[in-house]
Amino acid sequence: MVTPSLHTGSRALLKKIGNFTLSGYAILFFLFLYVPIIILIVFSFNDSKSVFVWQGFTLKWYARVFQDARLLLALRNTLIISVASTVISTIFGTMISVAMERWDFRLKLPFDALLFLPIVIPDISMGVMLLAFFGLIGMAQGLGTVVIAHVAFNISFVAVIVRARMASLDPRLEEAAQDLGANEWQTFWRVIFPLLLPGIMGGALTAFTLSMDDYVITFFTSGNESLLSLYIYSLVKTGVKPNINALSSLMILVSMGLVLLSLILQRKGGGDNVGLM
Amino acid sequence: MADVFAVELIGISKLFGKFVAVDNINLRIKDGEFYSLLGPSGCGKTTTLRMIAGFEVPTRGDLRIFGKSMGDTPPFKRPVNTVFQSYALFPHMTIGENVAFGLQMQKVPKKEITQRVGEALERVRLADYANHKPKQLSGGQQQRVALARALVNRPEVLLLDEPLGALDLKLRKAMQLELKQMQQDVGITFVYVTHDQEEALTMSDRIAVMRAGHVYQEGTPVEIYEKPRTRYVADFIGETNFLEGTVKSIDGNRVTVEIDGAVAVAATAEADVPVTVGQAVTVAIRPEKISLLPGDTEKGYPGRLVELVYIGTDTRYRVQLTDNASVIVREQNIVPTGERKFHTGDAVQIHWSPASATILAE
Repeated sequence: MVTPSLHTGSRALLKKIGNFTLSGYAILFFLFLYVPIIILIVFSFNDSKSVFVWQGFTLKWYARVFQDARLLLALRNTLIISVASTVISTIFGTMISVAMERWDFRLKLPFDALLFLPIVIPDISMGVMLLAFFGLIGMAQGLGTVVIAHVAFNISFVAVIVRARMASLDPRLEEAAQDLGANEWQTFWRVIFPLLLPGIMGGALTAFTLSMDDYVITFFTSGNESLLSLYIYSLVKTGVKPNINALSSLMILVSMGLVLLSLILQRKGGGDNVGLM
Repeated sequence: MADVFAVELIGISKLFGKFVAVDNINLRIKDGEFYSLLGPSGCGKTTTLRMIAGFEVPTRGDLRIFGKSMGDTPPFKRPVNTVFQSYALFPHMTIGENVAFGLQMQKVPKKEITQRVGEALERVRLADYANHKPKQLSGGQQQRVALARALVNRPEVLLLDEPLGALDLKLRKAMQLELKQMQQDVGITFVYVTHDQEEALTMSDRIAVMRAGHVYQEGTPVEIYEKPRTRYVADFIGETNFLEGTVKSIDGNRVTVEIDGAVAVAATAEADVPVTVGQAVTVAIRPEKISLLPGDTEKGYPGRLVELVYIGTDTRYRVQLTDNASVIVREQNIVPTGERKFHTGDAVQIHWSPASATILAE
């Protein structure tokens, strides 16, 4: 009778160790991810030129961010590019999603694979590729080329997100609309579009975030234009100053807000049980 | 108007790749008729309905709605509306908006839309739910919304694709009667797809029994049930005894068929089912058309009672007629079971009217 109880005792102990290790691992994982961010944000309020010694609370680095004319120009350019590439890639990405889900055509499978290639291609290859391409067609580098480059990768992200939503739509809903006298155009705007909207918004917000903080592809395609991610990098080259902390904190805040919003929108749509009614 | 049918299918076939979903069928559905397409899944009934709706274009043949050839007219230009099996209510619209959708597409004036939507919801007893979303309603209520959404457009033909399939048995029974009543009230032609033979018998004016893309038999519920033409139809609709034998003598449409060379039974051959003496035939007879009599009775065919199953309203008997042939007999439990006349092992006589036994065409 001794052996089995000892056996179960050791089993329980093993389980305890396992649980302990696992939760320890989880804690380490989150520390690893978020401690740098927390440090960054904390020191953005540090009243000292030195980045690593706490001297007291201040908002002056934030004020300085908004007094920096070059930074504001970079921000303006970045916003123009993000908005333009988001709008264009959202429209085309949505159109592609609807087409890919509703129509069968020859070469659909290879087209499908090609469509999602930009997601897996290394940014550096994509940057070099686009640089060569713009050089080849003789297009001067500037905001225009950056927008085209951003659209090139954003379309894929939008398409993936919107398509997931499209796939969950019951095709009977479109048939019902047509049966009730709606032509293809009316069916799209009255039935498909409103039901896809959470997915489209999610795709657009993702595209916007990706466009905002892209560095590599932007670096290869922007020529002499001043852009936010490039500007931050140039500041770091001369040493990390607290105003970079402030700027980075702001960008993290905006990115997180957008990602959160996009998740909420997609979640909200998903809970609808579209088409299963 | 005598020759104009609500829906006419002339030599219609539909192929998906090499798969023949519907194979050269001809149907004439009369104005105001409740017409059912009945068959197991994959028999082509839903494809047929979808061709009438315009969701599928026939590979061959001519499809006419009130005399007008449809060709590849898109669904939104056809004078028909569909009630889908899944209801397909628009989840982002309220019940009122769902029902108004068709009228908005037809550019009906706003005032009239409000009025007609109100009436339609009134008819399905959902007037209080106009501002609810579909997912707030029960399955039965959603089903009625789907019906209202289709009927509010006053279509010339209403197509219903197993509309009661998702409801539980009790609700389904209630809705069957309600649907039939509604069809009689509005006077619109209903084309109804179902795999439920009882549902088809209960509701239809006429039924087409389908299988593997073919129409096996078309007729009123009474014709389909009482005079099945083929083994498939006899078997699919209700319960049937099949007796194999050879024709012994013919007297008009009365035919005597010898079973196993032992018992000669009386049956009826329809005018279009030719029989000759000596021919091998199958006789179909419903269990409830056979009466069970004591063994010492003069009329009937002698047999032995080998099985007795009490099923509430009825008792089901199996009577061995010859070494190889037995029949199921069903009798209502009119007398209390304690006073049962028959017991397994008894010698009995079974009897039927020759008109009840049909010689199958195939």
